[in-house]
Amino acid sequence: MDLQRMILELQKYWSKQGCTLVQPYDVEKGAGTLNPMTFLRSLGPEPWKVAYVEPSRRPADGRYGENPNRLYQHHQFQVVLKPAPANIQEVYLGSLRALGIDPREHDIRFVEDNWENPTFGAAGLGWEVWVDGMEITQFTYFQQVGGIETHVVSVELTYGLERLALYIQDKESVYDLTWIDDVTVGDIFLQQEYEHSKYSFEVSDVSLLFQLFEAYEKEAERALDEQLVFPAYDYILKCSHTFNLLDARGAISVTERTGYIGRVRHLARRCAKVYIEQREKLGFPLLKQKEGGKQ
Amino acid sequence: MKHQDLLIEIGCEEIPARFVNLGIEQFKKKIAEWLTSRRISFASIDTYATSRRLTVLVREVAERQADFYEEVRGPAKRIAQTEDGEWSKAAVGFARKQGVDLDQLDLREFKGEVYVFAQKHLPGNRTVDELTQGFSEIICGIHFPKMMRWGQDKTRFIRPVRWIVCLFGTEVVPIQFAGVSASRVSEGHRFLGERVSLTKADEYVEALRKQYVIVDIEERQQQIINQLHTIEEKHHWVIPIDPALLEEVTFLVEYPTALYGSFQEEYLSLPKEVLITTMREHQRYFPVTTKDGQMLPFFVTVRNGDEHGIEWVRKGNEKVLRARLQDARFFFEEDLKTPIATSLEKLERIVFQEELGTMSERVRRIESLALQLGKRLNWDETQLIQLKRAAEICKFDLATQMVGEFSELEGYMGQVYAEHLGEDPLVAQAVFDHHLPRHATDKVPQSSLGTVIALADKMDTIVGSFGVGIQPTGSQDPYGLRRRAAGIVQILLQEKWVGIPLDALIQCALDRLEDDGLLQLPRMDVEANIWEFFTLRLKAYMQEHGIRYDVIDAVLASDIAEPRLVVRKAQVLMEQIERETFKLEVEGFTRTANLAAKAGDNPFDRSSLQEPAEHNLMQAFDEAQVRFKQASTQRDPFAMYQSIAQIVPQIHSFFDHVMVMVDDEKVRLNRLALLRDITKLVKQFAAFELIVFASI
Repeated sequence: MDLQRMILELQKYWSKQGCTLVQPYDVEKGAGTLNPMTFLRSLGPEPWKVAYVEPSRRPADGRYGENPNRLYQHHQFQVVLKPAPANIQEVYLGSLRALGIDPREHDIRFVEDNWENPTFGAAGLGWEVWVDGMEITQFTYFQQVGGIETHVVSVELTYGLERLALYIQDKESVYDLTWIDDVTVGDIFLQQEYEHSKYSFEVSDVSLLFQLFEAYEKEAERALDEQLVFPAYDYILKCSHTFNLLDARGAISVTERTGYIGRVRHLARRCAKVYIEQREKLGFPLLKQKEGGKQ
Repeated sequence: MKHQDLLIEIGCEEIPARFVNLGIEQFKKKIAEWLTSRRISFASIDTYATSRRLTVLVREVAERQADFYEEVRGPAKRIAQTEDGEWSKAAVGFARKQGVDLDQLDLREFKGEVYVFAQKHLPGNRTVDELTQGFSEIICGIHFPKMMRWGQDKTRFIRPVRWIVCLFGTEVVPIQFAGVSASRVSEGHRFLGERVSLTKADEYVEALRKQYVIVDIEERQQQIINQLHTIEEKHHWVIPIDPALLEEVTFLVEYPTALYGSFQEEYLSLPKEVLITTMREHQRYFPVTTKDGQMLPFFVTVRNGDEHGIEWVRKGNEKVLRARLQDARFFFEEDLKTPIATSLEKLERIVFQEELGTMSERVRRIESLALQLGKRLNWDETQLIQLKRAAEICKFDLATQMVGEFSELEGYMGQVYAEHLGEDPLVAQAVFDHHLPRHATDKVPQSSLGTVIALADKMDTIVGSFGVGIQPTGSQDPYGLRRRAAGIVQILLQEKWVGIPLDALIQCALDRLEDDGLLQLPRMDVEANIWEFFTLRLKAYMQEHGIRYDVIDAVLASDIAEPRLVVRKAQVLMEQIERETFKLEVEGFTRTANLAAKAGDNPFDRSSLQEPAEHNLMQAFDEAQVRFKQASTQRDPFAMYQSIAQIVPQIHSFFDHVMVMVDDEKVRLNRLALLRDITKLVKQFAAFELIVFASI
């Protein structure tokens, strides 16, 4: 099964489970969790079901297109269900069947793995799911987001698409994976991987990045002063990505590091708080819809 | 009394393997406590557990609580009864308060006065009703280090609870937890089994077995061991079983099937520990070796299932391991290309502890402390050069990629890399050695270089942490300070390291931290806390080695700068306790010490002694001082003890013939001064007054 089919199958499956399919969010981020469709929507009491593909950028993981497993940008398929349904593990296993993985033919395990993103004040408990020893999904019950205890617990399923495809297509290198027909991941992404690695490690303008960080931070604060959550959140994502670029460049010393992380965390927490306040002011509209008998 | 077996199964989403034992042990304890507190008798408790269930099967549980009888004394008869023999208002009130009818009151004499007594009788409830009400008390008493919430419920548990089975004999007990009500339906193996309805409690084990769940922990573990043995025998391999890994695997599977796979021989060029760690930490695989311990290009994994599709499973696992080994080899080769100097530069960027600076700063402290120790031990120039180098590079592997991936390989990789990168083999060995001992049963460093650096390293962490106010409290010891202190004690207990007194080690470490401006608390306080801390470690060591607590207190009250001497003194005392005359000796020393407490600070004047017994005591004391000094130079605790024990006859004779507390102040003070000086000597060995004899 090629990557394109995998994505379509997952979309079809989760759509059937009642998820809204949304498109990738167009601001750079290190993980699908940071998409506002997950980060913000998992806050507060409102129900939410969503699925999307997310290209995730991790500058420090770039390997100039030379490493068969590590990428500057990889793809995640992200599912968020809030509240987590009681049969969620069964439903998840159904998605593997949709991808042609019959649990009866393989060794499937839920191995403890607790996920944490201190910068965004997010933490959850759960597992990594193994198929024949290969980790293919991160399965997490959010306990805290933006430093706030989750009111209603969301479950987040993150499939590492390249890794899953390596398994399904039985390939050794991500660049040999077929995206569709005779188009490979290498055809689409190899040059991009090389250039982004070169940029992140060698070329980026450190002093400009520092200025950008400051500017994004200021703008995020200003937007929050105006109670504008979504614009503020975009700038927080930009801060985070800029920090990652600086970090990949080795431009942030140990002592400074904690300071920068703390600044992003402060913004993320503030944003989470304002988001809940705003939703409350609106009377938690999604809660009402549900009670109104829409479902 | 009629009884039934009681089955309770808590069905969960996969419980982390490391917490299953913790959960089932608490479950057993809580149910036993609860049954006892509710006066419900039972015979025994069997426990079963897998990654998806925690189960207790309580045998022969009484169908009812035992009845409860109690007699309560009320007011005296003269108040409780009116003149014409009717119950008074006071008696009626008392009966109401106790919840008994008036005919359950009677009169009896108690200590010379007649009182009214209420005979309370509470008939026992049905066990099923009690359990329905009390179950939440049991399950809420089970705690895990990391609890979670799920869905919309506020309940916390280790992982979401999805079903509960509760049968009392054949009857379902409607207990509830986290929005789940108990039934008789359990879940079989996730992929091989089916849902199963149980008719009675005691068919649990067999019914689940039919659904491919081996619920008995030992049985499952034994199956795994047998399967590993079968593979070993068939291929003439050896599969070393790491007990922690075996336990983890036992709790990762409900129906184990061991299978082996292979990897490319080229990876055998990686160091053995790297191969083993990669397989264990990432994949929970058992390694395979020849009979003489050589690694073979195979691994064994335990699948949660049967033989079905086992070729897929083997192939998949081989593929994953290949990628892991590729990574490991990449790290290994990259690390070998990295000069030690480059790694050392990276340590400048690794924070050891915010208030104590970077790793580099810490290494410089370790180096200076180690060199001071080397000089104190009169090491020659060559040794000191080796020591300096070993200390300088002792943490370089922290900056390597392999240790970044597997922190448990710290030290081991250091030695491997240092040797490859051309360091003196003794220096390379010290990079590993100085981490020892890593736990209570670990060996101490084998090399001298490693030992000295181990002492400097551990002491720097302890003194540094205490200096910024980080001290272990209760069960909290995040920096492993107790383990480090115990390590120092373990090292200093060896004869060859008597040249390093504990106080010198502490002082040197403190000096350096003070010079670097890293002490945040007053030095006096830090020092006092550290001494107390080490005293406790020594105490713990001696307790573990069967030394009486009063003997421990007695030797710890003397000078503890040399842990080895302290322990040996305690051992000498333990031998002496058996002797009949020991009690006499302790009495003599104690009496001396008691009077010595009354002495002033006037020097003892030997010319003004009057009685022969005084002279004899002084002479005995003079001799003892010489012998004690000699014995302690030779660090011979038995001779030390003998030298002071020799004064004892003179002490007793002194007390028999000489009056100490005489009116003449000069004479009195002089006699007390003699006793004071004797006590000072004796206390260099132990505070004998702390030794306790059982009264006969």
